Amino acid sequence: MSLRPDLKAIADMIRPGSRVLDVGCGDGALLEHLVRTKNVDGRGIEISQANVNACVARGLAVVQGDADSDLVDYPAQVFDAVILSQTIQATEKPRAVLNHLLRIGRRTAVSLPNFGYWKVRLALLSGGRMPRTSGLDYSWSETPNIHLCTLADFVDLTRECGASIVEAHSLNSGGTTTRINPARLTDSYMGPNLFAQGAIFLLKKN
Amino acid sequence: MSEAPRFLRPVKTAANVGMAVTFDTPLPLDCGRTLAPFTVAYMTYGTLNASKSNAVLICHALTGDQFVASDHPITGKPGWWNTMVGPGKPIDTDRFFVICSNVIGGCMGSTGPAETDPATGQPFGLNFPLVTIRDMVRAQKRLVDHLGIEKLLAVVGGSMGGMQVLQWAASYPDCVRAVVPIACAARHSAQNIAFHEVGRQAIMADPDWRGGEYQLQGTRPSKGLAVARMAAHITYVSEMALQNKFGRNLQNRDAKSFQFTPDFQIESYLHHQGASFVDRFDANSYLYITRAMDYFDLAEEHGGMLSEVFRVNAARFCIVSFSSDWLFPPFENKRIAHALNAVAAQVSFVEIRSDKGHDAFLLDEPEMFATVRGFLNHAASDLI
Repeated sequence: MSLRPDLKAIADMIRPGSRVLDVGCGDGALLEHLVRTKNVDGRGIEISQANVNACVARGLAVVQGDADSDLVDYPAQVFDAVILSQTIQATEKPRAVLNHLLRIGRRTAVSLPNFGYWKVRLALLSGGRMPRTSGLDYSWSETPNIHLCTLADFVDLTRECGASIVEAHSLNSGGTTTRINPARLTDSYMGPNLFAQGAIFLLKKN
Repeated sequence: MSEAPRFLRPVKTAANVGMAVTFDTPLPLDCGRTLAPFTVAYMTYGTLNASKSNAVLICHALTGDQFVASDHPITGKPGWWNTMVGPGKPIDTDRFFVICSNVIGGCMGSTGPAETDPATGQPFGLNFPLVTIRDMVRAQKRLVDHLGIEKLLAVVGGSMGGMQVLQWAASYPDCVRAVVPIACAARHSAQNIAFHEVGRQAIMADPDWRGGEYQLQGTRPSKGLAVARMAAHITYVSEMALQNKFGRNLQNRDAKSFQFTPDFQIESYLHHQGASFVDRFDANSYLYITRAMDYFDLAEEHGGMLSEVFRVNAARFCIVSFSSDWLFPPFENKRIAHALNAVAAQVSFVEIRSDKGHDAFLLDEPEMFATVRGFLNHAASDLI
């Protein structure tokens, strides 16, 4: 079973044998991969009943819940790494969620779509309507992604939350990932903020 | 001497209670007293494998018993968890050796207030010691030891059964691999204690209760027990389920009677629930078991810190709750999951969408079956 490239990039950030919390773990593909290949002590939070059942059948320890309401109940610094994959844009309070992630884990891996991607910008500029792209294919009235941002916006948020970027990878249109220099992320007009479909960040609290 | 009227006989004598084992070694109780000798009545299903690694203990709820997957000897109804336990079912008796015992304090063959006190030769009645959930589990542990099983593959139960499941994990963490508490809580809430007290007062207000000595005096507090069951039954279902099933429909009549006979379907439904219950349950047992639930507070000995109960626990937990359960609401179940998470235990938690209320755990809930089946299959994968 091959892992999605963005999940593979996250998996590469996780140290063997560490304690990992995957927030929004879906059907548990990443967690199971980490448990099997890196011998991690894995936990998950997942909103969908069907997905939780899939995780339980895989022998994973997953709590049905959501990032907005459940992270508050997790003690500080108990996980070596906390993962939030393609979920922060769907939370009600991204800043509060990020603060909790940084509190709970010594390292936090976040992947998110980039609303500053040139195709998104072009779609809005030329079409005059909310963009629908292959990565964000929802009508504005149906989308679960209620807090979309650009990579530059997210970097600002990490600073406001007192976190620094340990490493960053762009998610490219072909499904590949490339390690990028975090310093280039706040350039609004060139660099990853224009050319990356999304990105993966490894953060730590300052 | 002619045969005693039916109501004078203890409930269980009419019944085959399955298997039973009597222990002479005293059972120490939380109240400070001991019980000796004591009997545990139980049923088993499936076959214990050679390595004794496939045993699953089912813990029953307040008014349940050991007949989890076979016909009830008094009512003739199918086992109370026939949908969950049996060949090919989520708790698969083709693979697992399933044990279910009547709790002490109960009235289906295990030692309880309706049984004869060896010290007096008369029914215990209110001389029976107050037992707790932990005492019930202590007695179950004796049974499991008696069967030669060192480690249970799983302990599973709903409602009061879920409390026992949690108590198993707390008292005997090395003796359980997988733990499935369903629709329960780590402590009984004020609201739940309140409902129980209404039930107990209904029993004790029945003149036929006779201060608990109704067996000696040849009466039975059936009306009080029926009222207790009626009140409790309301708490087992959701408002929506009652409304959908009965609404304001009238029972066998076209118009309201302007009398106090049951006009509404919900009234006659509750009457039926009460009347059928008294045929199979002992009133004093109901007092004792509700009290045991009231006293349940797993974190009490740890200053309210539930996490401390489960520190150093290698068991895997799968906690199941139902969205419309207002007796043991999802947040009470989730509290257990968070406490376990705080001490890095292996815990999963599901909140199953259902409009059936607390009773959902006894009903046809495919998501619950899928959860339990998947969890147990994985727990058993490296053992069986």
